[in-house]
Amino acid sequence: MSEIALNQAPAHLRQGSNIGQPLTRREGILKVTGAATYAADNNPPGMLYAVLAVSSVARGRVASLDVAAARAHPGIVDVMTPGNRPALAQDPDAKDHPFMFRMELLQNDRVRYANQPIAVVIGETLEAATEGATLLAPTYETETARTGLDGGESFAPPAVGVGNPASVDRGDVEAGLAAASRTIDATYETPAQYHNAMEPHAIVASWTADGLSIDTPSQGLAMAQGRIAGLFGIAPDSIHIRSPYLGGGFGSKGLISGPQILGILAAKMTGRPVKLVLRREQMYGPVGHRAPTRQRLRLGADAGGALTALDHHTRTASSTFDDFFEPASDISHTLYASPNLATSHEAVRLDTGTPLFMRAPGEATGSIALESAIDEMAEACGMDPLAFRLRNYADAEPISGKPFSSKALRECYRQGAERFGWSARPLAPRQMRDEAGLLVGWGMGTATFPALMFAAEARAVIRRDGTGLMETGAHDMGQGAWTALAQIAADGLGLDIDRVEFRAGTSDLPDAGIAGGSAHTATAGTALHKAGEDAIAKLAALALRDERSPLYGAGNAGVVARDGRLHRRDDESRSESYADILARADVPSVEGRGKGAADPAAQEAYAMHAHGAVFAEVKVDPDLGQVRATRLVGAFAIGRVINPRMVRSQIYGGMIWGVSFALHEKAIVDARTGRPMNPNLGEYHIPVNADVPALEAIVVDEQDAHVNALGIKAWARSASRGRRGPSPTRSGTRPGRASASSRSRWTACSADDQPAGCGSPLEPAPHR
Amino acid sequence: MSLTATFTVNGVRRQVDLPDPRVTLLDLLRERLDLTGTKKGCDRGQCGACTILVNGRRTNACLALAISHDGAEITTIEGLATDGVLHPVQEAFIAHDGFQCGFCTPGQIMSAVGLIAEGQAGMDPERVREGMSGNLCRCGAYAGITEAVLDAQARLDAQDRSQAA
Ligand code: FES
Ligand code: FES
Repeated sequence: MSEIALNQAPAHLRQGSNIGQPLTRREGILKVTGAATYAADNNPPGMLYAVLAVSSVARGRVASLDVAAARAHPGIVDVMTPGNRPALAQDPDAKDHPFMFRMELLQNDRVRYANQPIAVVIGETLEAATEGATLLAPTYETETARTGLDGGESFAPPAVGVGNPASVDRGDVEAGLAAASRTIDATYETPAQYHNAMEPHAIVASWTADGLSIDTPSQGLAMAQGRIAGLFGIAPDSIHIRSPYLGGGFGSKGLISGPQILGILAAKMTGRPVKLVLRREQMYGPVGHRAPTRQRLRLGADAGGALTALDHHTRTASSTFDDFFEPASDISHTLYASPNLATSHEAVRLDTGTPLFMRAPGEATGSIALESAIDEMAEACGMDPLAFRLRNYADAEPISGKPFSSKALRECYRQGAERFGWSARPLAPRQMRDEAGLLVGWGMGTATFPALMFAAEARAVIRRDGTGLMETGAHDMGQGAWTALAQIAADGLGLDIDRVEFRAGTSDLPDAGIAGGSAHTATAGTALHKAGEDAIAKLAALALRDERSPLYGAGNAGVVARDGRLHRRDDESRSESYADILARADVPSVEGRGKGAADPAAQEAYAMHAHGAVFAEVKVDPDLGQVRATRLVGAFAIGRVINPRMVRSQIYGGMIWGVSFALHEKAIVDARTGRPMNPNLGEYHIPVNADVPALEAIVVDEQDAHVNALGIKAWARSASRGRRGPSPTRSGTRPGRASASSRSRWTACSADDQPAGCGSPLEPAPHR
Repeated sequence: MSLTATFTVNGVRRQVDLPDPRVTLLDLLRERLDLTGTKKGCDRGQCGACTILVNGRRTNACLALAISHDGAEITTIEGLATDGVLHPVQEAFIAHDGFQCGFCTPGQIMSAVGLIAEGQAGMDPERVREGMSGNLCRCGAYAGITEAVLDAQARLDAQDRSQAA
């Protein structure tokens, strides 16, 4: 019945026996039986419930709170306000580094945005605390809210994203535009968006003799630990954070947020464990969002369709009290070759919560504008959108002139176009209709995402019984870290995955860095790989110097680790099991350590990016204007794939985020009050199952010797990028329909040895 | 005011003190009966994360006051596997990777079990997608979810046929 054709990676892409296998999720049984414990699933004895009261105005001060009414309600234990909040060791408005975001911890009565926490009500039951919070009936002294991209004086931000320069250029854009035979000047706006992970931010905190014990979702355990330590003036290692599963993060759980700290404060105030879970509407303020943008693109091309100039300017917004500037223009650094290139940003300050990184910050917003402009330029040149992109293909990174560490984008275009049937697309718009008379349009876009690396550490142990242990404080927010990292760990130790105990998800383990920027598998994976190598080297040292070992004297030829044995490289028939080596040496175990970090020399020498091409079919009702995406084909070059099953899911998820960006999601802010008007899942639209088109993803084989030891690039955030909103003006007559029953197909292809649309299943996916 | 209500939860009869009439079925399960598999994504009937079966029908537990369901038979995600053997829908969700973060999953699976029992969608993928559209998935695991529901439906149909034979 299944339409999936899940392939194993070709042998030359695998390492050991685990990497490249489409294993099912190791935590799958826990997740399908309800036994996986997310933060809010913890109910320690004696636990109280804390509920936030949040501001209903965007700017002003809280004039009154009826604390007496809340306290009088049965079951209320305490009410925390600026008047009685326990002291902190650090000002919540302090900012020592760019990753330290200011937060509202009841430091005063100021209101800086709608849905800002203004009090915390703590009760014996959730029902009591919830009602207590409404009984506070706040009144405000309200000031006029600054809203919208024209709501303030604009300025040039000191930096955008995380420390990127706000403007960069190369060549002379004005001269390039003057020399062009055709130009376009187009402006695009993107709305504010909210991460809306299905799991609301939650914390269960208790202060014990042992320190501070916390269950909370975190994409960055060590950073969260450090932030809490600073705020409370306690040692980081007295803080124990468990985050085995995140119910989605998308960036919003990268940094610990104010409400989570308020939960810890409530536990401190009452001396009892406290659970605090945000209500859905409370997620539209204190936990970040994607900032709105207005982007102006000016492009020029010569008579042959080659770009002569590309100018990308973005206006975005941050809060009045902190800095995060959506780096939308930066997308133009990488994608299209233009001798003259300029990118710049300006920003306004609004009465809003501080924006934050949200799945592909800058790339998602920027590529929808750039890709739209590229299409308009192609049309102005009378060229097919794909042909125009190929005409302007960048063989070196346009902004830096550096070579790419690898770039199989041409192959993505070719395989994606062939699978989609792109060559049948008429150039003129409104040529295709389906049998029901709907207009059919075909569009395409390019995706790119930097292959980032942060820093991570891991520990590996080989035990006397021949099993292994691998530890790193990694985070699984759904991307599959529990499985993919365990696969890397097992290969690092030369063991079957079932013989390796893999520990992750708590702050007591080696720092795995942040699960963000699609860099987690690469970074934590490299640390695991190196820790494994280190442990194997120590084990080998024990054997090589022992005359009784069959490996004795392997010397320079060295050994290889496989299936729990070390083999002499020059004579594989001579081998010894890990257990025997350790038993004879009479040591209980050997331990290795590894670090994952970017190689500065490689980063200096190369531009490193994952790429993809996405082709879309949309149908438009000519009478009602209703638009539906009906078919998407994406081809991606993302380096080495650790687990095709999980990558498939990530890619489909990214493609669905692309559909959502183009057609569904949009936060609407009341221009008079600054309040989000649709802070709920009924009115903030994200795609439901029936909105999702037929999906097909192709992974183009790509080997990258420079990104990291494992050759891993971004997984699939890149998939959410670069698919532009389909434009009804590019519709046409539609040749044949895609197979109706098979809405999703998955193939892994090799660029060199297989035709497009390769990928006959090698064997059914093993289920573990 | 002291109220009690009786529920059959996953086949076990439970008498529950309900001193507070504001308690929803969802909060009863999660906060008082320690059945935390059922999730809260919105608390207002918009996401489906809290889907359970009440007397065999798919129900948003966040919109149901516990006290008004006295006597009800309730099935939650924890009650689906029997003697350690996964329900075919659970198995199919693993095989088709019908989830990523897993937070919407208990609701998706209960909704799928309900949908199959309703016999509304059969093997028609469009109708499965429609019938599963009350359950949001922010990770976008919809392709795997649809495949899983169809696969489970096929396996359950085959089981029925072999039992009838
Ligand atoms: S929690 Fe019940 S529908 Fe969302
Ligand atoms: S699996 Fe994450 S929300 Fe569905």
